[in-house]
This record gives sequence, structure tokens and C-alpha cells, in this order.
Amino acid sequence: MLNIGNKQKRVDGPQKVTGKATYAADIASPFYHAYVLQSTIACGSITAIDTSAAEAFEGVKGIFTHKNLPERLKNKVDYTDPLSPPGKPFRPFYNDKILYNGQPIALVVAQTFEQARYASKLIKVTYEEKKFKGSLSDNLKNASADRAPEPASNRGDFKKAFKNSDYTIIREYRQSRNYHNPMEPHATSVEYKSDGSLVVYDKIQGVASSLKYLNGVFGLGADRVQVKSDFVGGAFGSGLRPQYQLFMATLAALELKHNVQMVMTRAQMFSFGYRPEVIHTMKLGCSKDGILKALSHKTVGETSTFEDFNETIVDWSGLLYKCDNVNLEYELTPVQSYTPLDMRAPGGVSGVYALECAIDELAHEAGIDPLEFRRKNYVDYDQNEDKPFTSKELMACYARCEEVFGWKNRKDLSKTEPHLLKGYGMATGSWEALQQPASVSLSMNEEGTFTIKCATADIGTGTYTVMSQIAADKLGVSIEKIKFMLGDTAFPDSPIEGGSWTVSSVGSAVASVCEKFKYRIADIWKRNNPDYQAVAFEDISFQKGKLEYGSKTFAFTEIMQQASKEELSIAHSESPAAGQNTHSGYAHCCVMVEVTVDKDLGIIKVPRLVNVSAAGKIINPKTAENQLLGSMVWGLGMALREEGMVDTRYGRVMNANFAEYHIAVNADIHDIHTEFVEEKDDKVNPLGAKGVGELGIVGLAAAISNAIFDATGKRLRKLPMLLDDVLEA
Amino acid sequence: MKPFQYTRLSTEDLSLGTTLRDSTILAGGTNLVDLMKYGVEEPDSLADIGKLPYAQIEESDKGLLLGALVTNADTAYHAAVKSTYPVLNKAILAAASSQLRNRATNGGNLLQRTRCYYFYDTTMPCNKREPGTGCAAIKGFNRIHAILGTSASCIATHPSDMCVALAALEAKVHVLRKGETIVIPFDQLHRLPGDQPEKDHNLEPGDLITHIQLPAEGFSEHFEYLKIRDRESYAFALVSVAACLKVSQGKIADIRVALGGVAHKPWKLKEVEKDFFGKEASTENFQSLAEQLIQGAQGFGTNDFKISLVKGAIVRALNNALNPS
Amino acid sequence: MNTNLVHFTLNGEPVEVAIEPWTTLLDYLRYHQKLVGTKKGCDHGQCGACTVLIDGNSVNSCLCLLVSLDGAEITTIEGVATADNLSPEQQIFIEEDAYQCGFCTPGQICSTIAMCNRGEINSEEELKDWMSGNLCRCAAYKNITKAARRIYEES
Repeated sequence: MLNIGNKQKRVDGPQKVTGKATYAADIASPFYHAYVLQSTIACGSITAIDTSAAEAFEGVKGIFTHKNLPERLKNKVDYTDPLSPPGKPFRPFYNDKILYNGQPIALVVAQTFEQARYASKLIKVTYEEKKFKGSLSDNLKNASADRAPEPASNRGDFKKAFKNSDYTIIREYRQSRNYHNPMEPHATSVEYKSDGSLVVYDKIQGVASSLKYLNGVFGLGADRVQVKSDFVGGAFGSGLRPQYQLFMATLAALELKHNVQMVMTRAQMFSFGYRPEVIHTMKLGCSKDGILKALSHKTVGETSTFEDFNETIVDWSGLLYKCDNVNLEYELTPVQSYTPLDMRAPGGVSGVYALECAIDELAHEAGIDPLEFRRKNYVDYDQNEDKPFTSKELMACYARCEEVFGWKNRKDLSKTEPHLLKGYGMATGSWEALQQPASVSLSMNEEGTFTIKCATADIGTGTYTVMSQIAADKLGVSIEKIKFMLGDTAFPDSPIEGGSWTVSSVGSAVASVCEKFKYRIADIWKRNNPDYQAVAFEDISFQKGKLEYGSKTFAFTEIMQQASKEELSIAHSESPAAGQNTHSGYAHCCVMVEVTVDKDLGIIKVPRLVNVSAAGKIINPKTAENQLLGSMVWGLGMALREEGMVDTRYGRVMNANFAEYHIAVNADIHDIHTEFVEEKDDKVNPLGAKGVGELGIVGLAAAISNAIFDATGKRLRKLPMLLDDVLEA
Repeated sequence: MKPFQYTRLSTEDLSLGTTLRDSTILAGGTNLVDLMKYGVEEPDSLADIGKLPYAQIEESDKGLLLGALVTNADTAYHAAVKSTYPVLNKAILAAASSQLRNRATNGGNLLQRTRCYYFYDTTMPCNKREPGTGCAAIKGFNRIHAILGTSASCIATHPSDMCVALAALEAKVHVLRKGETIVIPFDQLHRLPGDQPEKDHNLEPGDLITHIQLPAEGFSEHFEYLKIRDRESYAFALVSVAACLKVSQGKIADIRVALGGVAHKPWKLKEVEKDFFGKEASTENFQSLAEQLIQGAQGFGTNDFKISLVKGAIVRALNNALNPS
Repeated sequence: MNTNLVHFTLNGEPVEVAIEPWTTLLDYLRYHQKLVGTKKGCDHGQCGACTVLIDGNSVNSCLCLLVSLDGAEITTIEGVATADNLSPEQQIFIEEDAYQCGFCTPGQICSTIAMCNRGEINSEEELKDWMSGNLCRCAAYKNITKAARRIYEES
């Protein structure tokens, strides 16, 4: 009855395919609908705002602006959330100042969504505009290391080693801004109860973050508000911080003493965080035989004028390959925009993009096969932290990927139409394998069904399913006997769902609470069966909902009859494994791609993508593979499709929709394959599992860029790489 | 959406003739409802023509008569379209998504509006949406914009794929005007922006497109619809080419080339095509045709690449048409 | 109140309703009928999350004014399964893990049903193009394609 390692179908599948899975906007209560009016300038202030026509419009229940923000929201109010970067978080309606184009400046609440949307257009706003810097390139001279966190320590003597290198490169790589755009727009439904308490259904990657924010801003503690989030329609980081719809719906519900729902429009999904635009400068040097001698990685990234968003970008360059002379720099510059926000593999995907392009360029300079070059510079300990890895089967990934892809004989396979150029590229990817503290509770009912609760989330990653698998195995029951519940501030604390640490953190807690249950039930059994009092726990087994000793079996439900209910309600808090301190935990992968480039028309296609990953124990290959495939498609999108187009004259995103902000569609995906190599890890966490939600995107854009070079001889040192870049290069 | 009056028209209403002049016509609504939600279009009244008798495809020896209310999908998958007018089938299926093709009508497709970013954003200057406010695209993002037939007031393109094929086929548009049917050659339906970019086409208020007449010749042997876009499906054309050929003993007997994504209307020049009648069907001649067809093309910065791209696309499309795979 | 009368069938049941003309089918389903399985992903026909079946054809319900659907037969995800059993399409989506977050899934399933109804798919390319009207940001495309292929072949 082993569930761990099984391709278990999702336990929430039937809800998802029938439309019965309820997301934040799917709550059945009668709601007023809230619609946000956004600023049309990027910088300055509101000199007048006339809401009279909107107020008079049929169905309108209330309008909120900086003019009527309740006083209590102005003084000594804490607008931070657990992931706020340094600076001052955005405070809606706080004053007349405009911090970015698209800023919420008024909220219209009406009986219907249509009424609220149209009434918002009847509001007349007058502004006083100020000059501003609309983009990273506009404001490079104000870039500063002071606003950014210190990167990993420099080591060795980069300058000298670079000078003494046989082959060197100095290159600049640029990435444009990307927006998360989960399919489910951000939404909050607030139920206003007769006693003034609230039930808040929020789109969030961890309900605790919403609660912290509501407490700080509105003074609503856990006694007055419950935050729930049963299903999240994707997030990829957009739900790591509470977004402004939570403020809006809560404000309106409290002021109007009524249920209020606010759902962002797709255009409004471009009015908050994003993966920032960055510019990387890479300087690499190696010896004649391809040994990396010197590496410098400097990144300048954009942030807002009010918060210093930072991510770990350049440190990855000190981690991936053996190099004794490393120089890392990171600077930020403010632009007139909302603060960037962690987005799938934040920092890592950016840093590794630049590194893996640069490594490919250096390997080419040295005349060494890019896979061979990477093997030569393999590193088996973390030079940034001076620690060993908990495990690292990257060499096995290289070998397996080489075999599956046919890397050695790739050029022989290269038959195609005359106008198509074919190219092959590869990259290494990596992502942290962290474990956070997590708590869970477990109880068993008379039918022998277990309910396990944790305030974690399932953003499509498979939390419901994987936790059920772990519990079923540990308890020795079938998976149908497990009911895993999440997304509720009434449940035990969980880390936010992000960083690919949910299986590691919550999964380990689930495993431990099940262990505790077994000890507990064994104790009760012994207590009530004097003959067995001396039996050692190790001699008992647990299978099919029964305690087994020798040839005798005792059903859990039977033993339970001799216990109090409290005895079988068990709580557990799990701390990170000791290995998290003594070792560095990372998952790794190798990705290889085939591209075709139309030499007349510039069209880039990706007929083949292969990823081989080492990510410890894979609890559910079905959902893990799906995660990997999805993140690979993200890598393709980042490489060839996605670009938040900010018209710097206005500071406005001009493609704030799904027709012109191109995420990959079904037809973009051809032969795409992923698999795992075996990786045993007894240090990273008790399960030996590493997360896979972010791994597949890391390195992929570089692999595509490297393949385009292989096909065309052109290095397109920017993302996304479009057909015009091919034609103009 | 701004509140509006709604009328569902019957055939009898139509004979009264007045309703249409004061209303915006609603058919499939895939573009109109989209624009109304953005506030780009704010009609006071909608006249729903969905129940009018223009939902058939009729075959005759003069060609195929496509009802204006037939959906794009039903048109593309119609047996006679597939067999006789494959370039139209291919163009329609290259457009939009399966859902939009299932709902959008032929008449509506002809009248869809530009995808210019600044046209769609009501906070931006746009002479097409709000005459006299200026064109933000000329010095802004214009990667998807026109390179031919532009004016100082507008560089928008017509976004349709279907229309590019219809232009190549030299279809005719049947329009009900004041109770009479008039016939408009396809190249006279749409217009260049000039100093009136708010006008996409040459129809008058109250006009109703009832049918599209396809000529008997469908170029089913040598045709291509080549669409170049930013993803492999569900994206508007950066550049598209509808190419139709008749070849006799290696010589061009007839040639049609219409371009999408490069102008305010499907771009086609009959006089250029005629120059090549009787010439060898060769890459060199196709290149020469491409040069002539896009003579005077001008980029605005981020769309400069379209000039070389469209040349390559024309030659590729004609070669593909010449040598069907 | 500015309303117009419209008749249609919804998941097999006849409906007559006087409705404000600007109400889209999507908003009608979600707000009036509480049929929230149909999702609003973009509200502009650019994502496919709101896909339902009208007379067997997949359409973006966000772009259909309800008043214009007089006489139509409308089926939503809630009308796809029978009371006791999942439809074959739904079962195949579960088996192939053709989703992650599940938000686009009702629309994806409606598109596969319409694809079978239309019966015009002759290649893998055409199948992927048909399904491209349904964006999946989780990007479960490989599995969606597998499921859609099975559904088409088994229909």
C-alpha cells in the first residue's frame, strides 16, 4: 500500500473538472461588487476628484477615495505583510499622491459588477503631473548598491585572475519585465457577519499573510476575522503578498457593513508586482583547457520609489561552478512603478539566465563543448557558504539528459527544411531545497477517517494530493481515508506556499504527526490490553487501518473506542532538519533544447525540450512531472514571448491584456520531456524530498538563447528573443 | 459598459430602414462587446441582427455567397470553401481562437477594429478613437503597426486574417443601403487613414453587410496563407500574406498577393500583379513583385523589421503556393 | 428598468428571463445563476476560461450578451456530468493530470467537447490550435493535449 512514489491522481480532481472547486470569487453569498478606478498618470498628485455623477448612478452603494479614507486607517497603521521588502508599503487612498500609472485612486461599490465598472468611469479626476523616470534605462545613473542587500562575499582576486585568463568574455544581458498573470485574477470576497466579524476568502499563497495585513491595517485579529482559501487559481508568486483587492473589499465591507466582493480585471493584474527588468554585466575568464578562473556578475534591477525590492540574483553565479575568484555586485534603481514581486524562481531564474549564457559564450571561446565545459567546472560543495551539499546528483542529470536528448550526435540528427536553421543548446538549473517550520493537526473519527489540517495552500501544485499520500503511507491506511484540509487561518500555522518548500516543510510535519498518532494508538492499545504491555513499538506494524502484532490485528476504530476523543486529536510542529544548517540544500537539473530559426523570417520555434532533474525523493511523479513541465513552458515564455511593455513617456503598461502580453499557448509546445534521476538525501528534511515547482524554469531561457546561437551564429543577449531580434541581429 | 437600449431586429423591422442608422449593429459581438467593456465604444443603442436571414452559404456557378451572419468557423469548414477556396479556409483557421471563430460572423470580421495599443487604452491619445487627440503610437510602441499607406495621424493596421484572403480572392461585399443592395469590390470596402482615421471603411451609417460574394475562381491548386505572429496560435499577425497563383507551363497566368498587418486595410495592388502576368513563376520574379508591392514602405522605429520581413514572407508564400507540399 | 426578454435552455432546463441588455452570458451564469464553474479569466475573449457550449459550439461566454442568445441551447461545465457520474472528458482530464490549479479546466473541457462535436481535427497541429483558445498559465499543456487527443479519439 505504498502511496509515496506513486502516480496518484489528484484527490481534488473531481472538484476541478466539475467546476465545483471554489476559488475566491466563487463564494455563493450575495455580494456588493467593488470596482477600482486607476490613475492615468504615473507621477504627481490628484488636485480634484468629483464622484458626484458616480454616486448618483443606479445601484451605487459607496465610493471610497483618499478624500474619505477613515481616519483610523491613517495613524499608526501597519501596512506591512510578512514579505514586505525594506521601505514603505503601498497604502491605498492614503493621500493625493500618485506613485505609479494604474494606481488605485477610487473604489466604487455597487449592487452589480457592471454598475460599479461603469460608475467608475463617471468619476472625474484632475491631476497635477510631475516629471519622472519611467524605466530602468532612464534611471541607471541613480542605481545604488545601498538599496540592495549585500550579495555573497567576494572571494579570491577576480581582477588578477581575469587578467591572467586565456579566454575572457565581457557581456551584457537584458531581461524585460514579466507579469505573473495566474489564470485566476486576484479576488477577495468578504462576508460581513451580523456581529461585525468577517470571513474573508482571499486569493493568497498563505492565509496567515492576509490575516497579518488585516490585523495591521484594520486592527482585525483572529478573533474577528477568518481568512480562507480552499483553491487558488495559480499564483506563481503574485499571492505571496496580499494585493490591493484585499484592502478594497475589506474596507468596503467594514464601512458599508455588507458582504463585498472585489475581483481584479485582467488589466488590473498588471497594476501590482512583476518580475523586474534587470541588466546583467558578466565578466568570465578561463584557462586554455576550460577551467573557470574568474567570474564577475553585476546586476542592476528596477524597484519602486517606495520599496526596495530585492532578490537573490548574483549569488547563483558564485554557486553553480567551481571558481575561486568571484566578484558579485547588485544594485537597484527606482522607477515610477509599483514594487516588483517575487515571481516563480525569483532571482535564480534571472541570475542563472545571465550565467548560463555567459558560460556558453566562454565555452565557445575556448572551443569546448558546452556540456563538457560544465563538467570540467563541476563543484561538489557550496563555495558561497563554504558548506557541503545535502546531496547533488547533477552529474547524473547531465549524463541522463545527454543520453535522452542525443547530445553527442545532435548534429547528425540535424536534417530539416532548407530555410530552417537548427540549433542545440543546454543549461544547468538549480533551486533551493529549503525547509520552514510548519504545524499540523490530526484527528480520527469513528469511521477511521483522518482529518489533517494545516493553513498551507494548494496553488495547483498538488498539496492536497501529496499530503494525503504521505499521511496514508505513514498511517498505513488507504488514501481515501485521509482528508487533508488547508487554506484557513483556523488551522495550524504553515509557511506561505512558495520557495518550493511546501512538500519539504508541511510534508515533513504531516509525516511526523502520523508517527505521533501511531505511538499514541499503540499506547492506548497497550493500556487497554494488559497482555501486550511489554510489547516494543518496533515490533508493531500499521497496515490497512489496523495495528498488527504478530498474527493479531486490531482495527484503529476498535482501539479508539477505548480512548478519549482528545487523545486522538494530535498536534505537531516540525522544525527544519539539522541538515538545513550544516549543509546547503539545492535541487538541480540539466536542460537541453532544440530550436529552429527561419533564416528569412526570423521565426524561432522550439521543437524539443528535455529536462532531467535531481530533486530528492519524488512523492508523486504525476504532479511533480506536471510542475516541471509547466515551469519549462514558463522558461520558454520568458525566453521567447513575455514582455511587459512600459511606455516610459507615460509610465504605463501598454499590453496589459492576454491578447498582447503573450503567454505560451498550447500550440507553442511540441516535444517536451522531463524525468528524474534517483537522488538519496537524508539531510535536507525527513522526507528526503526537494521541491520542484521552480526548478524547471531556471536555466531554460539561457538554453534557448544558446541554441539560437548554435543555429544562427547570433547571440541575442536580451529577453524575450523575438523574430525581429533575429532579423536585425 | 455604458447602459444602452437593445433591439432584436426581425426581417420586417429591416424594411422600415430607420433602426440601423441610429444604432450600432450587433452580430456575434466578439469585437464590439470587447470594445464596449473597455469603453472604447459606447453606443446608446444596439441593433441585434442575429435573427436576420443572412446565415446561409449558397452555392452557384458565379461562386459562393457567404451570408454575413455565418460564423467564421462554419465558413472555414464549409465543404465548398475547403475544396474551392482553401486560402480562405486557411486564413480563417489561422485567426483568433476556436471559440472566437465559433461566434464571430463574416460581416463582423470585415468590420473589426484595430489592435493598436493606444486605440484600446482610453487614457491615451488616439486620433482613431478620439479625433484630434494625436497618435501616441508614432513615437511609442509600434511594433505591430503599419508600414504602408500610413498618415501623420494614424499608423494602425486592420487586424483581420479572413479579409486578407478575401482581398486576394477579389471578393465582393453586398451591402443593404436604403433598401437596395449595392455591391462593393473588396478593395473599396476598407480605406487608408488619411486625415480621417476614425473611419475604418467606406460604409455609410445605416448600411448593412448582408453577404460576401466569392468569385468562381478559388485558386485551389496554388495558394498559401502565411501568417507570422508572436506565438504559434491565438495571436494577431505581425505580417500575413495571402497568395494565389495560376500557372501555365511555368508562366504566371494569374497572381494575387494581399498583405495583412502592414496597413490600415488589406494591402493589394492589382497593377503590380498584372505586370507579372505571363512571366516565369520564379523566386526572382516573386522578389521583384514583393519589392514593387511594398514600394514606399516606411517604419516608425520598432516596426522597421516588417519591411524586410514582409518581403521574405511574400516570396515564401508565393513559393509555397507554387509548390504545394 | 431597462430590460429585455430572452428565452433559452440552460443545461437542459428552459429559462425565460428579463435581463439588462449589457449582461453577458458569463456574468449571468456567475451572478444570477450561481453557476460559478464558468470562470472569468480576462473578460475579453483572450483566455478561454469562460468557455461554454452554445448549440454544441464552444464560445467565450464573456463576449456574448445574454439578450442576443434567444433560442440558444447553453451548456456549462455543470451540465456536462450526469448527477452520479463524471463525463468521459472529465474522467480523462483527471487520469491525464491535465490541469494544475484547475481554474482553466472547465473551459478546457468544454473546448474538447466542442472539438468532438465539430469533428474537423486531422492532425496534432490542428488539435493544438483548437485547444490554444484556452490558456493555461500553469502550462499543463502536454497533459491537456494528451487528454484532448484521447477524448477526440475515443469520441
